[in-house]
Amino acid sequence: MDPVIELDGLEVRFGERIILNRLKAALTGRSIGLLGPNGAGKSTLINTLLGFHKPSAGTARIFGRDIRTHAREVRSLVGYMPENDAFIAGMSGVHFVRLMAELAGLPREHALERAHEAFFYVGLGEVRYRALGTYSLGMKQAAKLAQAIAHGPKLLFLDEPTNGLDPPARVRMIQLIQEIRDRGDLHLILSSHLLRDVEECCDEVLILKDGKVAAFCNLEEERRANRRFLEIETRGEANGCFLEAMEKLGCETAPGAQGRVKLIMPDGLEVRRLYQVAAEQNVQIRRLSHKRDSLEDIFLKAMETANGRL
Amino acid sequence: MAVYKKTYRPYDGGLTSSWTRFLTIPRYAFEDLHRSRFLTIFYIATFIYPLICALIIYVQHNVSALGLVGVPGANRLISINVTFFMSVLGWQSMLALFLAAFIGPGQVSPDLANNALSLYLARPFSRVEYVLGKLSVLVILMSLMTWVPGLLLFGLEGYLEGFGWMQDNARLAFAFFAGAWLWIVVLSLLALALSAWVKWKPVAGALMFGVFFVAAGFGAAINVVQRTKWGHLLNISNLVGSIWLRLFEGDAHTTNGAVFFRVAQGEDLPLWCCWMALAALCLVCLYMLARKIRGVEVVR
Repeated sequence: MDPVIELDGLEVRFGERIILNRLKAALTGRSIGLLGPNGAGKSTLINTLLGFHKPSAGTARIFGRDIRTHAREVRSLVGYMPENDAFIAGMSGVHFVRLMAELAGLPREHALERAHEAFFYVGLGEVRYRALGTYSLGMKQAAKLAQAIAHGPKLLFLDEPTNGLDPPARVRMIQLIQEIRDRGDLHLILSSHLLRDVEECCDEVLILKDGKVAAFCNLEEERRANRRFLEIETRGEANGCFLEAMEKLGCETAPGAQGRVKLIMPDGLEVRRLYQVAAEQNVQIRRLSHKRDSLEDIFLKAMETANGRL
Repeated sequence: MAVYKKTYRPYDGGLTSSWTRFLTIPRYAFEDLHRSRFLTIFYIATFIYPLICALIIYVQHNVSALGLVGVPGANRLISINVTFFMSVLGWQSMLALFLAAFIGPGQVSPDLANNALSLYLARPFSRVEYVLGKLSVLVILMSLMTWVPGLLLFGLEGYLEGFGWMQDNARLAFAFFAGAWLWIVVLSLLALALSAWVKWKPVAGALMFGVFFVAAGFGAAINVVQRTKWGHLLNISNLVGSIWLRLFEGDAHTTNGAVFFRVAQGEDLPLWCCWMALAALCLVCLYMLARKIRGVEVVR
């Protein structure tokens, strides 16, 4: 699959300070999460991809187009929802989105039509003629999303889209993002330090730490792999025979203290078979749990090791 | 798609030309300015003087009209010459300064205050196009009140006086056009630069006047204290007035410039100095804009 974003030794410096340190990655997912603690370089990466910062070394490609040489073309393919408040205070919501759509190249009538559609889509249809300055924080976030999608981009950058939202507004925002993702018309880059947002919306995650790639993983694959990883607690004399029998069935086993065993099941082997073998060997299984390596575990591991691989 | 079908769909229609896209900005700005009653009235009022001048030109060529008001020989008292056109340019340019002070500060500062620049520049829309778009708001409005009526007056006079007059005085038309453009460019750049650096609109407006009048006063003080004429380099209206004088009359000038833009006799600076000073001012303004017009502000 062609990468949506390819980071090719991308380095960004502000004066002497290195903000992004030779990033290398090929992001191919439909929705990609950018994770990292504050100051990790998430927003700087997005801003660099948008052409706001000049790379001091390396480059990046979006849909195969170099951000250094094809910046305008790249920007015609993307929609951007910034982290901070960004609007024109005196304008009504629909007027503002229309202006943004026109600047993206849409003819006047289409821009107006799409501005109305986008406002209804994000749930602000009833307030679209109100001045943006009078909107609540949640409404401003939704209006920012509306302007980001009104021109029909192929790649959508969402920088902390749930910032400052109350729980119902957050749920609505996440639902909107999931809906956009599931339609499959565009790719998403969601930058957040909220693991839950990324876990709910993304299938690929790039974790940054101190401007470096701390980890890069495919959440879908992780979830699949976790389903094959078991931890059991056994009681019985023939524990050794039980492990031997499981290995014969193709399992990888790692015995621990007090009858604890870690198992990686091969594809096609059902958990039921485990109980059968245990019964045959006269071993009791007192506890069985699937490994649940959540994004939080992945994130924490990346923050500890920061060696770039999981 | 009807608006009640609340779903996302990609856009697959045509796109506008990227060359003319910056004109979107003045279109929206004019809609916004039109909502201000004060500005609308002020702008309409700026056409009163050119209308009076058109009336003067008409009356000057219409003996029966003069007879009607009981002053049959008055046409000899009115002459449509270099002073006439310079005074139109002077008046209209002064009104243009007020207009720039009213609407200039509202151009960039609201976008900066509300972080809207990142939204403009995240689109296929460059910083240069943004500045051009904002400049064109001022340029279009000021053109309509300076060189457009000036050239119309020239055309009216030429129409009534004959083609020969137009040929003989073609320099007036060129001087009016070029002089007005010089003023418009300086004013527009200065207004935008101040708007980009001063987020509070009234202060930015006051600074516009400050740059013209306070700097001129400071320059005059330097002249008195140092017994020199180089203090005029700080007086923008003096610099512009000197260039206008050369544009309208050449080196052998018979007047001392347009109203509000007078050049003190014997204190005129070399022409190249005036051009250089104005060019430096424009470059400083462009630099100020380049520093501020960015998608994101970098704190180093």
